[in-house]
Amino acid sequence: MSSPDAGAGANPEAKPPEELPETDDSPIEEAAQSTPPGLPLRVDGLVKRFGGVTAVDGASFEVEEGSLTGLIGPNGAGKSTTFDCITGVHDPTAGHVYFKDEEITGLEPHRIARKGLVRTFQIARELGEMTVLENLMLAPKGQRGESAIRAVTPGLRGAVVEEELDIRERAWETLEFFEIDHLATEHAANLSGGQRKLLEMARALMTDPEVVLLDEPLAGVNPTLEEKLLDRIHELRGEGYTFLLVEHDMDVIMNNCEHIIVMHQGRVLAEGTAAEIRNDERVIEAYLGEDV
Amino acid sequence: MSDEPATGGSGAGEDAAPDSAEADASPDSAARVLLDAIQRSDLGVVLVTLGVIYVAAALVTFPDGLNSVVGLMQTLTFLGLVYALSALALNLHWGYTGLFNIGVAGFMAIGVYTMGVVVRPPDPAFGPPGLGLPLPVGIVAGMALSALVGLFAALPALRLRADYLAIVTLGLSEIIRLTLQSSTVDTFLRETFAVGTGGGRGMGMPDNPVRALFLVDGRAGNPTALGDAVFGTLGEGGVGISNNILVGWGYVLVLAAFLLGFYVFLERLGRSPFGRTLKAIREDELVADSLGKNVDLIKIKVFAIGCALMGLAGILWFGSQGNVSPTPQFMPLLTFYIFVAVIIGGAGSNAGSVVGGIVFAAVLFEGPRRLGAVVRDTIDASTPPSFADAVASLDPVAFLAYATDNVAPLQFVFLGLALIFIMHRRPEGLLGHRIETAAAVDLSADSRPDGGDSDE
Repeated sequence: MSSPDAGAGANPEAKPPEELPETDDSPIEEAAQSTPPGLPLRVDGLVKRFGGVTAVDGASFEVEEGSLTGLIGPNGAGKSTTFDCITGVHDPTAGHVYFKDEEITGLEPHRIARKGLVRTFQIARELGEMTVLENLMLAPKGQRGESAIRAVTPGLRGAVVEEELDIRERAWETLEFFEIDHLATEHAANLSGGQRKLLEMARALMTDPEVVLLDEPLAGVNPTLEEKLLDRIHELRGEGYTFLLVEHDMDVIMNNCEHIIVMHQGRVLAEGTAAEIRNDERVIEAYLGEDV
Repeated sequence: MSDEPATGGSGAGEDAAPDSAEADASPDSAARVLLDAIQRSDLGVVLVTLGVIYVAAALVTFPDGLNSVVGLMQTLTFLGLVYALSALALNLHWGYTGLFNIGVAGFMAIGVYTMGVVVRPPDPAFGPPGLGLPLPVGIVAGMALSALVGLFAALPALRLRADYLAIVTLGLSEIIRLTLQSSTVDTFLRETFAVGTGGGRGMGMPDNPVRALFLVDGRAGNPTALGDAVFGTLGEGGVGISNNILVGWGYVLVLAAFLLGFYVFLERLGRSPFGRTLKAIREDELVADSLGKNVDLIKIKVFAIGCALMGLAGILWFGSQGNVSPTPQFMPLLTFYIFVAVIIGGAGSNAGSVVGGIVFAAVLFEGPRRLGAVVRDTIDASTPPSFADAVASLDPVAFLAYATDNVAPLQFVFLGLALIFIMHRRPEGLLGHRIETAAAVDLSADSRPDGGDSDE
């Protein structure tokens, strides 16, 4: 049985594992300031073909540490495929993905997640027959009790239970942070669409990530909840998390992201601040020339 | 009267599921309150189910005397326990992890045959030779080989979609059965390794050590001290129960101990981060993978664990039957029966698998035969030669005589009806509606850190 910690151990983390999103004595911020601004995510010449269709055609971009970067583009621009290639769901046909200068191209999703790069899904994938609390408690990396032997052996189970108490406490705190703590004992299948999006993000954070890729976290979310979600994202970013956000809604991206990447036909069409993107002729053309 | 087994089925179901059985005689409210209370305890559900079955068995057999009653109870308990053991093992694969393993019979066959080969003497009076090692070695070897075969066969299939695993395991279980059946393989093994499977004639199983607890060298009429004590009080020297039935009850107790062991093991496995990952894999593999869980490795582990348990269940079940033969004991029908037991109990629930195994064995498997025989004995009419004659006679007595003489095929009709009823009225099974917590700690609302709960 291979050690569950192998992946995480190779990669010293900036944040201590017991770090919680809402604690305000913020060792994360200190850590973020003390480490030289590196590149948590760099994509270089990414190509993905499905048969004759080229979904991503040489996309290259970088995501800065501690930033909230937006990835936009018309339908079929290759945003979700890029996400899938970064997180290991798809093997890219060509190109490279680097996480903190370490190549992660083509690794399996669980290896990438263990390094600290975690994602949410465009259509929320809650684990319906598990409770909300179980959904969250699933996420932490390298839990002792994930070893079947430790889970059943009398002498070793004590440590598992102890760790479970910590994880449970963190899960409750994370639920409170996202204001879905009243749903903790519900089956996730009973949640509304917006609540599922909150659950997904809460679950992703329970893995102690450094970079969170959010695939349309606001799709199908009502304006009030949208506000709440964006508040949370900004708050977490303030604590040192890095976000890459795919959104269809231009306004959301323009108003919230300091750095914006525009994809079109599988390539990066433009990059820059909201003001730069707004005035970019090519972007306007791409959006007006296509179905937005 | 001929639909008595179906009534018995929902009767047993009521203990676990009072709200699902309004079609039949509904208990009055006091009884319902009592049943609700019992339902909250797993052991209570199991004991009440057994109790109802015992009462039914006693009602059916009491005219034939004490030995018939106690003997039928023993048979029903034995079958219930072995089905429960197998259902628990399958529940780990199918209920917890969503691995659709329809080769259960094959893994059970490997377990019991390996045990036989390892334990049988090198120069037996009849049958194939073995290695002559002690029984515990044989049991461990049987579990290990079951796990190993499951591992290698399923390794490629586990990485693919669920349907492939189903096809591979079904095919594998038939390959195993036909291999054990083959006299060519038997001859080859005897010539090369000096051990054999016995081919189609099967293999005699080693003596049941439980028998040796009661009888010196397992021979009737030569009881040990324990045997003397038990036979003297409950047996032919006391209450009057046949010694053989008492020895059978002794083995049932051993099975019950194993069942408890299975249950505790699987509950601990399920109520842990490992169990949580299993549930997540069942729900959505990609999510588990994206959260950093090595889905392939976990599936391989859980498949091997489940196959080992199936091997052990096979040993405990068929190893105690004197003789095993590949056909018909290890036909895919056996796998199907075990699936029915899990479905009745509720996939994903360990307590449900136990109850499902007991209910299936007593109500759907053994019950109809016994009941049919009893009913047939009370009918004073000759059996019509064919179904057409039975119908054409327009005589309900003749028809009943025909039906009760042909209970075996009718049993499949009952089984089908029971499955349709469950799928329609209670698709989650008797106990599948309960939330089985996948954590080593309490996850109720009280577990909230500032919610005032401090005992965990």
